[in-house]
Amino acid sequence: MKVAIITFPGSNCDYDLYKCVQLVGGDPEFRWHRDSSLGKVDAVMLPGGFSYGDYLRAGAIATMSPIMEAVKEFADHGGPVLGICNGFQMLCEGNLLPGALLRNNSLLFCSKEVALSVENNSTIFTELYKPERKLRMPIAHAEGNYYANEETLAQLEEEGRVMFRYIDPQGKPTDGSNPNGSANNIAGIINTRGNVMGMMPHPERAVENILGSVDGLDLFKSLLNHISASKKV
Amino acid sequence: MLSPQSRPGDPQITPELVSEHGLSPSEYQKIREILKREPSFTELGVFSAMWSEHCGYKNSKRMLKLLPTKAPWVIQGPGENAGVIDIGDDLALVFKIESHNHPSAVEPYQGAATGVGGILRDIFTMGARPIAILDSLRFGDLNSGRVRFLFSGVVQGVGDYGNCVGIPNIGGEVFFDKGYEDNPIVNAMCLGLMKRDSLIKGEAEGVGNLLVAVGTATGRDGIHGATFASEELSEDSQSSRPQVQVGDPFTEKLLLEASLELIHSGYITGIQDMGAAGITSSAAEMGGRSGNGVEINIDLVPVREPNMTPYEILLSESQERMLVVVKTGHLKKIQDILTKWELKADEIGCVTDDGLFRVTEGSRTVAAIPCLALTEGCPTYEREGKESSEIKNLRSKDLSHLKTRSSGYEEIFLDLLGSGNICSKRWLYQQYDTTVRTNTVIPPGADAGVIRLRENNKAIAATTDCNGRYVYLNPRMGTKAAVAEAARNLVSVGALPMAVTNNLNFGNPLKPEIYYQFREAVLGMSEACKLFETPVTGGNVSFYNETSGTPIYPTPVIGMVGIIDDTKYLTRPFFQESGDVILLLGNNTDELGGSEYIYVSEGLVAGEPPAVDLLAERQLQHSVLSMINQELLQSAHDLSEGGLACALAESALGNKTDPFGVDIILQDRLEPIPLFFGEAQGRILVSCAKNSSNQVLQTAKDHGVPCRLIGEVVPASNGFRIAGRTGNMELDIETMSNRFFNAIPTLMDKRKES
Repeated sequence: MKVAIITFPGSNCDYDLYKCVQLVGGDPEFRWHRDSSLGKVDAVMLPGGFSYGDYLRAGAIATMSPIMEAVKEFADHGGPVLGICNGFQMLCEGNLLPGALLRNNSLLFCSKEVALSVENNSTIFTELYKPERKLRMPIAHAEGNYYANEETLAQLEEEGRVMFRYIDPQGKPTDGSNPNGSANNIAGIINTRGNVMGMMPHPERAVENILGSVDGLDLFKSLLNHISASKKV
Repeated sequence: MLSPQSRPGDPQITPELVSEHGLSPSEYQKIREILKREPSFTELGVFSAMWSEHCGYKNSKRMLKLLPTKAPWVIQGPGENAGVIDIGDDLALVFKIESHNHPSAVEPYQGAATGVGGILRDIFTMGARPIAILDSLRFGDLNSGRVRFLFSGVVQGVGDYGNCVGIPNIGGEVFFDKGYEDNPIVNAMCLGLMKRDSLIKGEAEGVGNLLVAVGTATGRDGIHGATFASEELSEDSQSSRPQVQVGDPFTEKLLLEASLELIHSGYITGIQDMGAAGITSSAAEMGGRSGNGVEINIDLVPVREPNMTPYEILLSESQERMLVVVKTGHLKKIQDILTKWELKADEIGCVTDDGLFRVTEGSRTVAAIPCLALTEGCPTYEREGKESSEIKNLRSKDLSHLKTRSSGYEEIFLDLLGSGNICSKRWLYQQYDTTVRTNTVIPPGADAGVIRLRENNKAIAATTDCNGRYVYLNPRMGTKAAVAEAARNLVSVGALPMAVTNNLNFGNPLKPEIYYQFREAVLGMSEACKLFETPVTGGNVSFYNETSGTPIYPTPVIGMVGIIDDTKYLTRPFFQESGDVILLLGNNTDELGGSEYIYVSEGLVAGEPPAVDLLAERQLQHSVLSMINQELLQSAHDLSEGGLACALAESALGNKTDPFGVDIILQDRLEPIPLFFGEAQGRILVSCAKNSSNQVLQTAKDHGVPCRLIGEVVPASNGFRIAGRTGNMELDIETMSNRFFNAIPTLMDKRKES
């Protein structure tokens, strides 16, 4: 699996993603924001961080960088695109995913481990997760409060495009377990076609026991499996 | 010596002007002797900055010479941007702590943010990639609206800057006491990792090489910040806000990546942050260290505003700028690297052979001063020191009546768990990204933070410590306690203490009672660091932490780093399993002086602080490390503020989600108050599987460390029980957990009211 990891000025989770893709047996390569082509790759990942200093709005300026044209084209052709944290913000800003990520309702940066439910395990990013599995992984953001209008939210729910939800220890998506005020406790969503996913939590930080959780591993492995399978066909 | 011409519009140099520049008449005389003429106005500004306490260490240098700075593993001691130690496998650890107290008192968010920015630059200009940040903070009482404003601003500033650059925060400390009401203490520490041979120094090597300014353009912000930081604060200090710099972590991140690329390119011979006193200090220090001179053409320095004078440009502390010495003929290559990172590089001068710090403007020379006169030539003083009789009285205050209390232990215990100095600091570190870079293996909330090294499966532990109340009551003993606590914190996570960086926060050194504190603190630190074999590799002195004549508690913060040989030895402070047994290493005593207990229950800071037996501490450290290396322990936790009862509570409550209860029986012939809440030094609480307890006891015995079994870890539903000979406590875990975890959030919610 050849994965392009896009580095923007201000990206700071690009190396973490790189190591993580390597760990699951993938073949990561960095692409620079000024590049205009992705080259031949099987998947694209947009890392967390503060691209362009989060000036204007988080993720907003990144959508105007040359490489994003190539990313959009890749996605339009059905290529898998994963955006994590700042990457999710870019996907929303660039209209690859619906909705927006507002300032956390606490108005504070929030860094902690959260519990997540897997809401849809029939996508290329989640097929290795058992439906009842509860995941633990870190969040670290100031703008992760997912917002979309009623209509969009209803559509996301109806089409099973909510991927992860913040939950309490009993597995319920309660207000108390919602770290940022996200609508319907949404932590991640996918596009209609099922090839572009964005999420605020950091699966790449939950891939080794020594880091406290390995619950992010199956996300990357799912994608790897999907790509190897589709290559065989 | 070449005489600079005065510029039109330069003010006349008068004794008043000299004094406004923080220079004494005798220092001015010395300047005239060095130059063999009157200085120009620009030169006066340059001397004022370089001979300020902040840059020149004039009131501290002589005492600092008493600190141990050498060991076989020390690669770089004091005098460079940061200290460096060898950690094996061709790797080096770079680390330093620095204060930003004055700016934070005036503008907490920017003050703290730029403090983090500065310390990051100190690390990556040595050639190392920053791997962790710690912050050591002190504030007044959170019931004050002003203090809550300062606290929340500082925390956000520390957080936003580090988060954006993408360096995990792994720990530190925060302390609340009225003694810091108007003068918050904001010290930031950074650790960096590099290959040994990537080390680069802040030296202007190679005559003819180019001086290149990298990063943002120079503006009028922070002019004379170094001089500002070398004065007491007053009612008027709010008007000093223009002397506070404004940070841009986004540029910093670019500067970090670009600098590391420059250093690895081999096209540069030296690099230094333009920190305090901006271009002046970076150029003069780089010239001074190499024995060369530097020439700066002021017209070439990129500026943000028109009509800036040489004086302003030289003394600006605009953030995110670096001075780089580029090998002749390689300017274009380094510009290419910087352009990639969206940064600018401008040639502003060159390295010369005459040893002078020379500044030209057009055809005019506006300053020509020997570099060494600015750096090494700064006059140093040993001041008069005398203990304040007021503090002497406080120390000898009889506290024996506070040792007894017929009942109500639970109530005071809960008050202690909810006190700012003991309660959970989660509110604060949840605002810090602690997991970015995916190497944090012990995040904030433990005795020390730990970063694993992917390169060799070792890990680096770091902590910052100082109880300013102890130091206030007895500076020498209190400072030994700070060093001892830092070492205990490191061994508790399984790390061997290696070296120290210190941040000496004090009041006005010209006052005998302050200089006394400073001298005693350095002597205590020296003794402890020598005995623990943890040399001091650098740090920072921050004097004049006073507002309207009231000084802070003397606060010599110890930043200590240690090495864990293998990540399998990582040990956490939290109990792991019901049925494990709990053992106490070290002795309980009836000391209560300077304790959190007497502060919370009586509002008092008095008495003799707990005595430190350095030899016993060292044996304790070795015994705990030996237990950990035999893989005997389930948890280890240092005893500090709030004593045994609070340490047990911290180990039991853990991360909130999976707490335990405890069942403890204590046979000591002590009153319950000092037994439960006394802060006797030299104690560590450990837990282990039942069948390992004999080996733990034996290991302690082999090291000559008192150790005994005091109880058992039980399910949380069984509650928290401590039985002493003459008093007991019994509480349910939920009540304790609520007090411990909700104390700061509850207080901070009040911020909406005032």
